[in-house]
Amino acid sequence: MSAAPALIAQGNDSLREAFGKALSSLADEFKDVVVLDADIAGGTGVHHFRKSHPDRFLQFGIAEQNMMAAAGGLAATGLIPIVTTFAVFCLRAVEQARLSLAYAGRNAKIVASHPGLDVGPDGGSAQALEDMAAFRAIPGMTVISPADPIEMKLATRAMLEFKGPVYMRTGRSPAKRVFGDDHKFEIGKGHIVRDGKDVTIVACGVEVARAVEAADLLAAEGIDARVVNMATIKPIDKQLLIRCAKHTGAFVTAEDHNILGGLGGAVAESLAATMPCPIEFVGVKDAFGASGEPEELAEQFGLTAPHIAEAARRAIARKKKAK
Amino acid sequence: MAQAIPFDRRAPVQSKQPLKALPPNLVNDIAASAAFVRQHAIASIYHAGSGHPGGAMSCADILACLFGAELNFWPDAVDDPHRDRFVLSKGHAAPALYAVGAQYGFCNKREALSLRKLNSKFQGHPHVLDMPWVETSTGSLGQGFSVALGMAMGLKIQKSQARVYALLGDGELQEGEVWEAAMCAAHHQLDNLCAIIDYNKMQSDDRNDAIMRLEPLAAKFRAFDWAVIEIDGHDIPEILGALRRASSTHGRPSLLIAHTVKGKGVPYMENVPTWHGSVKLTQQQAKGALAALGATREQIMEFLA
Repeated sequence: MSAAPALIAQGNDSLREAFGKALSSLADEFKDVVVLDADIAGGTGVHHFRKSHPDRFLQFGIAEQNMMAAAGGLAATGLIPIVTTFAVFCLRAVEQARLSLAYAGRNAKIVASHPGLDVGPDGGSAQALEDMAAFRAIPGMTVISPADPIEMKLATRAMLEFKGPVYMRTGRSPAKRVFGDDHKFEIGKGHIVRDGKDVTIVACGVEVARAVEAADLLAAEGIDARVVNMATIKPIDKQLLIRCAKHTGAFVTAEDHNILGGLGGAVAESLAATMPCPIEFVGVKDAFGASGEPEELAEQFGLTAPHIAEAARRAIARKKKAK
Repeated sequence: MAQAIPFDRRAPVQSKQPLKALPPNLVNDIAASAAFVRQHAIASIYHAGSGHPGGAMSCADILACLFGAELNFWPDAVDDPHRDRFVLSKGHAAPALYAVGAQYGFCNKREALSLRKLNSKFQGHPHVLDMPWVETSTGSLGQGFSVALGMAMGLKIQKSQARVYALLGDGELQEGEVWEAAMCAAHHQLDNLCAIIDYNKMQSDDRNDAIMRLEPLAAKFRAFDWAVIEIDGHDIPEILGALRRASSTHGRPSLLIAHTVKGKGVPYMENVPTWHGSVKLTQQQAKGALAALGATREQIMEFLA
């Protein structure tokens, strides 16, 4: 007797599963939501929605450009289309998202699983390290990267309540819990996960858990690091960044993304125009990924807690030198 | 932002009845509108100092048939969720779309001559946030077709009988996205979707045949399981008849391959690829074109003032 193989990570604590379950449970409340899939529902988490709401699950086949632009047409009839695919295939349809969603002012959502090195063994071709930069550069596009399953659930609701185009990252691999059940999420607001006065570590996605770990490492040597969860990369929470600049005077950004144009870029642009201070960037340094387990890749590409801690020491040293 | 059709109002509106015979004045009215579309497009491109005249001339009769007879779409029904939709996927023919919109009351004839100017809503390619009646923003080939498909899908989900029409250029068919959409529309049996190809056989740089061959075009779409009708894209009764046939097609999307002449109606432009544009028209060229298109001396003065 043969049995169907279990798909990797279905049923585990990954961000994609958290998203898929949340979406399915919100579907009766948001009756105009339709979900668009390009033959990877099992991978993006929307297999839950397909099962619970088959009549609102739209199959587009392996054709992301058509799917992305068609979402514009669905939104034009008043439905709320949720485009789901891997982050790297969203890159394939950036121009469709630009013209037919953002430029046309559509209330459409793009939810991208498998971002960053977190993809793991599938290797460099599958690891989108450019998606936040690309989508952030589109006028009117909101960009979100929640940190853990609790926040993903809240962000999914916030995304559906929000009017306008949104790009949201989920994640492939099991995600560490960062927040309790009392966690609050609001689009456009960062929040201080842990307070500190020597340096601010601004992180998003899987890097938030690593940033908290880094703060523990720094605390052991007497460095008091603040950790900010910046789940909304665009629009970035400028007020919070300014407050952190006043309080700590030094920054580290941490993201599972190219250091160019993503969270680091957003923080640097914002601070350069308001309260310039030293910033160190943790992320993939303008390179492509490779095969390996996510933790192995994080180590090799410099994304782990010790790397963040080291960047924090550098930022603090630069701050002291400038005084 | 578009509102969904309330669930208690998702009852189908009455479906279209095939016309037994065309009203006698209809063909003449549409021919007059098409002439106006060509004249206005020439004038706006002249004033703009740039724009694409060739493909605007070739699709004028098709646009006039759609707006003059086929579309259940009126200036006071731009927000009606059950309205028919028209998407100009070949967005560079915007001057013709603005002209037909002006002719049928969707925009102002005089204002539409501000094509491509700073602070004008009449941008080089249509933008839905500037003018809701253009339905979506186009200008990147292939996307309008997919957007139209999404509209057709959204209307079916909401149990509307409204139909969606998309006008594509022939060069546009070289975009891979078009074939993604062609496969998708047939798979989902979107019989409320009608695509029309303005098949003028030329594109930006040269003839289609020289750039990237499209033939056998009808066979390609038939193989994708579309209902294909080939017509003379300048024969108004033929266009109207084909649109009716398309609207009574069940279970499949329909395609009108409209054989047209690039630059139609302007002798010096006809079948010359360089008039695909974007080109600058001299006053003499504009006058010549308008005269050839049947504008009177007074009309020419007014258009070019």
